[in-house]
Amino acid sequence: MKVLVAVKRVVDYNVKVRVKADNSGVDLANVKMSMNPFCEIAVEEAVRLKEKGVVTEIVVVSVGPSTAQEQLRTALALGADRAVLVESAEELTSLAVAKLLKAVVDKEQPQLVILGKQAIDSDNNQTGQMLAALTGYGQGTFASKVEVSGDSVAVTREIDGGAQTVSLKLPAIVTTDLRLNEPRYASLPNIMKAKKKPLEVLTPDALGVSTASTNKTVKVQAPAARSAGIKVKSVAELVEKLKNEAKVI
Amino acid sequence: MTILVIAEHDNKVLAPATLNTVAAAAKIGGDIHVLVAGQNVGAVAEAAAKIAGVSKVLAADNAAYAHQLPENVAPLVAELGASYSHILAAATSNGKNILPRVAAQLDVDQISEIVSVESADTFKRPIYAGNAIATVQSTAAVKVITVRATGFDPVAAEGGSAAVEAVAAVHNAGTSSFVGEELAKSDRPELTAAKIVVSGGRGMQNGDNFKHLYALADKLGAAVGASRAAVDAGFVPNDMQVGQTGKIVAPQLYIAVGISGAIQHLAGMKDSKVIVAINKDEEAPIFQVADYGLVADLFEAVPEFEKLV
Repeated sequence: MKVLVAVKRVVDYNVKVRVKADNSGVDLANVKMSMNPFCEIAVEEAVRLKEKGVVTEIVVVSVGPSTAQEQLRTALALGADRAVLVESAEELTSLAVAKLLKAVVDKEQPQLVILGKQAIDSDNNQTGQMLAALTGYGQGTFASKVEVSGDSVAVTREIDGGAQTVSLKLPAIVTTDLRLNEPRYASLPNIMKAKKKPLEVLTPDALGVSTASTNKTVKVQAPAARSAGIKVKSVAELVEKLKNEAKVI
Repeated sequence: MTILVIAEHDNKVLAPATLNTVAAAAKIGGDIHVLVAGQNVGAVAEAAAKIAGVSKVLAADNAAYAHQLPENVAPLVAELGASYSHILAAATSNGKNILPRVAAQLDVDQISEIVSVESADTFKRPIYAGNAIATVQSTAAVKVITVRATGFDPVAAEGGSAAVEAVAAVHNAGTSSFVGEELAKSDRPELTAAKIVVSGGRGMQNGDNFKHLYALADKLGAAVGASRAAVDAGFVPNDMQVGQTGKIVAPQLYIAVGISGAIQHLAGMKDSKVIVAINKDEEAPIFQVADYGLVADLFEAVPEFEKLV
């Protein structure tokens, strides 16, 4: 079966971003960009399903600027077979991205779509669920275990207070959580090979999708700073301060 | 303006996060209706009717909604919610699962995890793990919003006397089914509702060493959390994770033990009233946000802490 994996180019996990002086957004000039960590987990899961013989073809897709080709090449080096970039220079909302992914799903007809549960830039946690709504497929969000059997997939989900398992009819949408797997690193030979794998570039216009939005970001500010407090010298002093000064125990 | 709040519950008890969500609705202003979708939810609907400020409760009682499967609940919420000005749900794992599906069905963008209401159409929400706060304005006819509980003080659970109206609509997509559930059993308070939280990080070295934190937590009546590093290392389950990708907490007292203070962790706890950090590395970034810092070996400090309280 065919699996579609969606990946997003985001600011690297280790970068501490700064808000621009004009409050129009965060400063991403000369900042290291990477594949969103949850998307790496999505790619890894698809590759493992292929290694198990469940999946025959992995198509990786990204919606973003032309530089997102770097992240698609990374996914190809990790084991995806071919890539699709829906190129858009402007920042799109989750709904617009979900509509574009729906158009790619219509074209590719995958049995399973795997996405990260959230991107670490916008922290929206929406796209997978929205794609599920638009396709009418079942959704297994925040997955910690994915087992395909016949025409269904059992997804164990991280929920508040524990885990829940649901069974979804294929085709279905899965979004990944942290513990699903530990992504591998791409080997140098595979990075070289990835350069020769096919990468198709599409546009929202070519897919016939409007990316109009009902949300507008008015401004972006730095959060209220929390000032550092004091260092205590002993546990006894700490307990005394918590009891008598902060009065919280 | 009438606002529809989706109740968070387990078919038996109304979850406290519902009260924070109603508080956000009250800040927006207008009539507040609460939807209770589930199976045998009579008691939950009655509890929802008593919430201060709620004028109507809609009870959709059907087996199709028993496990909150989004394939069935989202179409119900979209159908009922289409005539409201706002649809609000708590940003719990359940709210996050269902609401984007509702927004897409209504063809509107969602606003996730708001922490404040600026006006009826403008809200603040953290982005980049809380390193920036975005002010977002919505032009959608129906504004679909998840609410971060720590941003809003809960309204009173008692004092209201709303009418309960049964909803007959049944949506059963047939694309998903519930298989099972494993809920952690704990006598300690729930992480997001606890007044005191004790959390451990990579410095705990292994899962067994969390027993020191459990002992301290039990003395303090606290919940126990963990950093992503501790979860990734397999010390403790993911439902204990505090941070950008885990739970967001804002207790009266947060005690970070053996946690370096990565930005992803700070995103989940920096709104706590008082923060204590215990770490043997005096350069650890956690000390930059801690009200009280103790540079010490946690394996000596935590047992001593437990004896002194």
